[in-house]
Amino acid sequence: MSRIGVFICHCGENISATVDVVKVAEEAGKHEGVAYSTDYKYMCSEPGQTIIKQMIKEKGLTGVVVAACSPRMHEPTFRKACSEAGLNPYMCEMANLREHCSWVHDKSDATTKKAIDLVRMLVEKVKFNKPLYPIKVPVTKTALVIGGGIAGIQASLDIANSGHKVVLIEKDPSIGGHMSQLSETFPTLDCSQCILTPRMVEVAQHPNITLMTYSELEKLDGFIGNFKATIRKKAKSIDEKLCTGCGLCTTKCPTKKIPSEFNAGLGFRTAIYVPFPQAVPNKPVIDKENCRYYQQGKCKVCEKVCPTGAIRFNQEDELIEIEVGAVVVATGFNVMEPSEFPEYGYGKYKDVITGLQFERLASASGPTLGEIRRPSDGKIPKKIVFIACAGSRDPAKGIPYCSKICCMYTAKHAMLYQHKVHDGKSYIFYMDIRAGGKNYEEFTRRAIVEDEVNYIRGRVSKVYEENGKLIVKGVDTLLNARPVEIEADMVVLASAAVANPGSEELAQRMHISYDAYNFFSEAHPKLKPVETNTAGIFLAGACQAPKDIPETVSQASGAAAKVAILFSQDELSREPVVAVVNRSAPPVYSTCVGCFMCATACPYQAIGEELITDRKGNVIKKVAKVNPGLCQGCGTCVAFCRSKSIDIQGYSNEQMYTEVMALLNDE
Amino acid sequence: METKNILIEVKRQTGVNIRECYQCGKCTAGCPVAEEMDLRPSVIMRMIQSGTNEEMDQILRSYTIWLCLTCETCYSRCPMDIDIPKVMDYLRQRSLVEGKVHPEARKIVAFHKSFLNTVKRNGRLSELFLTIDYKMRSLRSGTLFQDMTVAPGMISRGKLHLIPEQIKDKKGFSRLFKNQLKKRKP
Amino acid sequence: MKIGFYPGCSLTGSSREYKESILAISEKAGIELVEISDWNCCGATAAHNLNKELSVSLPARNLALAESDGIEELVVPCAACYNRLVMTQHELNEDEKLKSQIAEKLQMPLKNKLKILNVLQYLEEYFVPRLDELIKKPFEEEVACYYGCLLVRPNQVIKADRWEDPMSMDVIMQKLGAKPIDWAFKTECCGAGFSMSKTEIVGELSGKIVRNAVNQGAKAIVVACPMCHSNLDMRRPAINSYLKTKIEVPVMYITQAIALAMGMSEKEAGLQRHFVPVSFSVNC
Repeated sequence: MSRIGVFICHCGENISATVDVVKVAEEAGKHEGVAYSTDYKYMCSEPGQTIIKQMIKEKGLTGVVVAACSPRMHEPTFRKACSEAGLNPYMCEMANLREHCSWVHDKSDATTKKAIDLVRMLVEKVKFNKPLYPIKVPVTKTALVIGGGIAGIQASLDIANSGHKVVLIEKDPSIGGHMSQLSETFPTLDCSQCILTPRMVEVAQHPNITLMTYSELEKLDGFIGNFKATIRKKAKSIDEKLCTGCGLCTTKCPTKKIPSEFNAGLGFRTAIYVPFPQAVPNKPVIDKENCRYYQQGKCKVCEKVCPTGAIRFNQEDELIEIEVGAVVVATGFNVMEPSEFPEYGYGKYKDVITGLQFERLASASGPTLGEIRRPSDGKIPKKIVFIACAGSRDPAKGIPYCSKICCMYTAKHAMLYQHKVHDGKSYIFYMDIRAGGKNYEEFTRRAIVEDEVNYIRGRVSKVYEENGKLIVKGVDTLLNARPVEIEADMVVLASAAVANPGSEELAQRMHISYDAYNFFSEAHPKLKPVETNTAGIFLAGACQAPKDIPETVSQASGAAAKVAILFSQDELSREPVVAVVNRSAPPVYSTCVGCFMCATACPYQAIGEELITDRKGNVIKKVAKVNPGLCQGCGTCVAFCRSKSIDIQGYSNEQMYTEVMALLNDE
Repeated sequence: METKNILIEVKRQTGVNIRECYQCGKCTAGCPVAEEMDLRPSVIMRMIQSGTNEEMDQILRSYTIWLCLTCETCYSRCPMDIDIPKVMDYLRQRSLVEGKVHPEARKIVAFHKSFLNTVKRNGRLSELFLTIDYKMRSLRSGTLFQDMTVAPGMISRGKLHLIPEQIKDKKGFSRLFKNQLKKRKP
Repeated sequence: MKIGFYPGCSLTGSSREYKESILAISEKAGIELVEISDWNCCGATAAHNLNKELSVSLPARNLALAESDGIEELVVPCAACYNRLVMTQHELNEDEKLKSQIAEKLQMPLKNKLKILNVLQYLEEYFVPRLDELIKKPFEEEVACYYGCLLVRPNQVIKADRWEDPMSMDVIMQKLGAKPIDWAFKTECCGAGFSMSKTEIVGELSGKIVRNAVNQGAKAIVVACPMCHSNLDMRRPAINSYLKTKIEVPVMYITQAIALAMGMSEKEAGLQRHFVPVSFSVNC
């Protein structure tokens, strides 16, 4: 005979202002099998939990129903309380009276009635609950870090320095990411490469870090502590052990006019190339798409000149499987597509460039060696216009969000321009100056006051070319919306930060969620900013949302700390919410007929076979068997099973039907 | 009428939610006639947002609403997809009904009225009759001789018909000009 | 082949050469354009400025008449009429109640499913695939293709290709043998309906357009809208006085360029009806 306790929470006024909680408790108390029922202001509080614990002991409760908020919020809290009072934690269930009832309905009798129904359903379910015990799994103490920008670099170094192994994969030939492309960094104007390259070298030399460049994640299986990652190591067409990085091949390659990704299209590279002089590793790769040999079957100049014979034209992509316990995703961001700015003439006029391209112009390692020269004719622009929010905060262009970094880097750009071109005039069209951050506001003020950058509040409608000048048609909204026309030599667009192409597919491959703009979603916007909804996978940097370097580095260290916490344990407990194939007494042994439909349906390859034998070892029956380590409790197998032989523990068919019947058999 | 009511009224009549405007000014920046306007498009949006009866009155008496060419550049480039030309149509019609047309705009209104008048009469537009009607309406504005230099050229190129084209179903057609539909309630 | 045709008022008067040339090239291409019976004025700028209901009911009558004529596809060469007809169709489809009210007033059924083509869409669909066979003499000139407002905006409804820098007319002209120039005023406003009431504004706006075309090397400006044509051509004195110089670049309809390329004479193409003299030798 069940002795169930029902505990109704007011959730302050969240529930009690809409639902008559006293009545719900009263009605629940009348239900068959309910030994105790009460209501309380905050069930999750210490005194609230004490009531539950006391009643378990006093009334000898065999099951508990807490009617409060979502189980996502407090199920662990109440299960722990039950466990402390000696009740198996899986004998505790929650009825969601907040999200499913009080928050979505107005105060009425019907709302209270629904709350009573919800409680009754769970009471009926609990009658069929069985004690369950957590599953223990071992932890593989190696982390996979995806992406070798500053986020991935920081996370890798922190994890490695805490004594754990790291595999860092990067899709490009070198690590460094966007930060390696930047000139100077706000608000201190220290050189980006100068602070970054030591860390890149540290990554390459760290005994705990295995660096795999030109590599991408192909597949990720498994679960927290026990992932199996398949990495595609793209063919570099060189033998990395033999190559000394002398660079002779890159100087002799005849295909020289390929737009350089590192220089954001403002310079050229060869088909066999090292993206930039400080690259790590400093060894070239052959870009097959542009290589004369791969495309036309003739050339092999690099092979002829290589002093160590390191060129390997027949090298193929390798698929490497590794076992890791945690994953840090640090795949970064991209800048918005040029085709999105037809009114600004981007792509049509050579001297309309993006902020990232300006970084290359201003960088000492860039195509102009740090001199601000315009791409069309190499002249120094005497008048330069910066357009903020190019794409950002523009729902019509599909981006309602603020890209966060543009206000600061645009101020920096104008400042660098003024420092380099003393007789130049710079204008910034902006809507708001968003300079929240340590020393940020001071920085933008300095641009305005000391460096004499002209800030004009208003957006630009059109940029067009006439008589060799770029005519910028803008407005000064602080002067009664006066139209402003500037004849500029160069225009720089602070183009929006967007998710990397392929983010959506990558997220799906890892089973993590992503938002409407394809940025990866954190598990909780405030309290779990580095976790994803998939346990064991963490986020770092701009793949989650646009962010600047300090914030990226902080988040990367945060993600690394989470990995270190995970790796501090030798084994993990997992929720026992997994599928099981039933067993019964001989001569049936199990209702499973061994059709293995479940095995084909399982997305996690968690179902294998088991032979039931008699005492002599003769096989009596072949049935399905679920590996509790791999099962994620999704329930697909349950739906597929024709003989109803599989159940999810804690959510059995019996329990589900009972819940539904409790609702249908409304007195 | 208070601010809130003005916004609701504009929304009801045009379906346009002016609260969406965040004053970036792109409409004004791209407007081909912004220089000539007494109130720029983005200022009109702001005045409706924060407006009182006095501000609405100022808008209805403005030259701007008649200068707007409905070229749709503002709407096409607006980051918030605000249909400003549609709002301008609404403001013009209100200005006309309330008798608040800006003195400088009388010629423009006269032209539009002559246009509709000619269409009402014949079902199709006769450019000659439109010109005559317009000249009569705008006599005081001194436009009488303005286009005299063009007319002979038009006649010699066969572009000005002396007898207007007419439609057959005049009765059915005239129904369109009568008993205007009631302003629709939300 | 029969296709519905809505000329609109301008094409019967000040821009009759537009109508003459489109009919001429269609006939030569074996396409019969059938005028909607008893069509009326679309109401143009005046209606939507002064009277919201007329701005919908006037075009709607034409849509209903076209339906009752059994027309499924309708060519509307005048960009202003095209815009009003498409906007009305859109507005009525968005508002079922208004549609039934207007149909009631018209005392005509209105399904509102007509396929409405502007001149560029018409040419793309029916001429471009056959240009090799139709062209006798390539039109080898440097031209500025001028689209104006009404063929491309509002892009939320009209959905033109690349509305900031459309190419459809450029592509057609290129196929005729012309060299379309790259210029910045393809979709700027000419001043439209202010031709008579605010001629000085037309002088300024059209002046900027003509100036940019000439600066970029255009030998002719090609248009597809009667209002653009009359402002750029007939209002040339106002343009010249704004620019304080005499600009002689001619303005012609795209259909006239096609007529010339198809081997018709200047007169057949209606070039003599322009204010700014235009002459392109056609020998075949």
